[in-house]
Amino acid sequence: MRFGEFGGRYVPEILIPALEELERAYSELKDDEDFRKELDYYLKNYAGRPTPLYFAKNLSKELGMKVYLKREDLLHGGAHKINNTLAQALLAKFMGKERIIAETGAGQHGVATAMASALLGLKCRIYMGALDYERQKMNVFRMKILGAEVVPVESGSRTLKDAINEALRDWAESFETTHYLIGSVVGPHPFPTIVRDFQSVIGIETKKQILESEGRLPDAIVACVGGGSNAMGIFYPFLKDRVRLIGVEAGGEGIETGRHSASLTAGSKGIFHGMLSYFLQDEDGMIADTHSIAAGLDYPGVGPEHAHLKDSKRVEYTAVTDKEALNAFLKLSKLEGIIPALESAHALAYLERDETLKGSVAIVNLSGRGDKDLGIVMEVLK
Amino acid sequence: MISRSLIVFIPAGYPNKDKTVDFMLSANAGVIELGIPFSDPIADGETIQRAYFSALSAGFKLKDVFWIVRKFREQSDTKLVLMSYYNPIYKVGIEDFIVNAVSAGVDAMLVVDLPFDEADEFVKVCRDFGMKNVFLAAPNTREERLRVIDELSEFVYLVSTYGVTGIRNKVSDLAFKALERAKKICKKPLAVGFGISKREHVLELFRAGADGVVVGSAIVKLIEQFGEKADDRIEEFTRALTSET
Ligand SMILES: Cc1ncc(COP(=O)(O)O)c(C=O)c1O
Repeated sequence: MRFGEFGGRYVPEILIPALEELERAYSELKDDEDFRKELDYYLKNYAGRPTPLYFAKNLSKELGMKVYLKREDLLHGGAHKINNTLAQALLAKFMGKERIIAETGAGQHGVATAMASALLGLKCRIYMGALDYERQKMNVFRMKILGAEVVPVESGSRTLKDAINEALRDWAESFETTHYLIGSVVGPHPFPTIVRDFQSVIGIETKKQILESEGRLPDAIVACVGGGSNAMGIFYPFLKDRVRLIGVEAGGEGIETGRHSASLTAGSKGIFHGMLSYFLQDEDGMIADTHSIAAGLDYPGVGPEHAHLKDSKRVEYTAVTDKEALNAFLKLSKLEGIIPALESAHALAYLERDETLKGSVAIVNLSGRGDKDLGIVMEVLK
Repeated sequence: MISRSLIVFIPAGYPNKDKTVDFMLSANAGVIELGIPFSDPIADGETIQRAYFSALSAGFKLKDVFWIVRKFREQSDTKLVLMSYYNPIYKVGIEDFIVNAVSAGVDAMLVVDLPFDEADEFVKVCRDFGMKNVFLAAPNTREERLRVIDELSEFVYLVSTYGVTGIRNKVSDLAFKALERAKKICKKPLAVGFGISKREHVLELFRAGADGVVVGSAIVKLIEQFGEKADDRIEEFTRALTSET
């Protein structure tokens, strides 16, 4: 139930039975052969797994190291999010739920949820901060086309954390018929475990693929960390190996400016959204407003397992700025013909920072593609 | 702490801390439930959210809560429950918080997002410093859990329905069923809250055996409407809520 001291289930009493039901259903289902078969079927034929581990030869030459990209950007919907939404939507069906609710920041998790819901015939409502709703109009429209209802959330900072607040409020009323399909390794137990397990397919494939192409494990694996699901997914199968694992948070305009979303790098312990973890907050424990050029990283907290991996020093965490991420975004596009999501560009940017990586084999989790970000990048480059 | 008591919820610092003390004093309440503003109140509906955001953007600080309680205590013996989300308490330190709350004159703590499974240390600190606890129970709370909640609580705060705080037109059947069940299981007094706003709600619940009834969003609405002049309205409204005739 906990990762070291982190995690837990800090929710109003009314949600306890819903979380217990979910925990029971998950432990029944996770090793069930029919469930695995059905999930594997959809991951392969619907989402497009396995994704390639691509040797980026031009970028490698430029950086003086061997860089491999785990191509989650090639999945249906354009991000790793679909791994989790297909699996949780099947879990919801198994529990007899007829309705799905979810939060979304940039809209990637919302889109992936709307897809899985359409596929499996589930009603779907997505909560989205009103600010994000404005910034990400195309994804809002995508979700609507996919049959989802999209609700802009006007309270608080009108971003991702407020969307989660609203989804939790909905769930406290609707849990009998509704599954809350949370989009990252955050929230009360058992969500962080469930989402990590469903995203681990990334790391399991990566391990096989790198052994095939290099005949050995990599020296380092780098992933961006918002809530932390793509990072947990690729790190988890490597936790016991001698491989450097590096999580890259959103440094925004710079940690010193206070305008960032780097909760592990600059936050402190707190209890929010059902979990004990690291949060950006003030001295009274009020949750802070955050900033990142990558909407998917714009969250004041982080999954509890990352908090534990930080304190136990198994994973290194650091932050890169909007500007560094933007440069990496442009560089990968030019050198490899791959436009990465701004989130994933944070992981790429780290490679340029770390001199010790020269001459080594490094894998970057390319968690998503950048089409969704073209509008933002166009604005910034003007 | 309660018997046929009206429990009146007041959000701290809305519209300012001086008025909060006045509102607390003007309420005809068996118990005052003072709400600590939080940036992300996940168990509250729009009305209380608005009050909290307004207080925080006007510069309300956690230490102001203790100032309010102290001022109130200078003039009133009415029991006072402090209602909070857990993070502010955790952030300043459980012991520091509880010591301050006890010395200001708080009688009991109700922490909305702290179920008893996670509350060992919190309850221990409260016990050590003579602070009482109130835990929430819901219509779907299993019997074994309800027994533990009963054991740990000064009175049990029974949430009347599924969902968040906010005015509802009637008391749900769920509330009466939950009350009936809880009366069989619990030894401590039972308060019912969430959604209650009218005199007939209050009287109905007393008749059904509730020891306390909590009115929250309806009070906040009065403050929203009448601002700094809400004292008399709160006085009148809370008096009318419990009058039998
Ligand atoms: C492409 C992409 N990468 C990363 C993230 C961040 O989420 P997480 O840290 O859970 O992987 C998002 C979230 O929207 C995303 O869309």
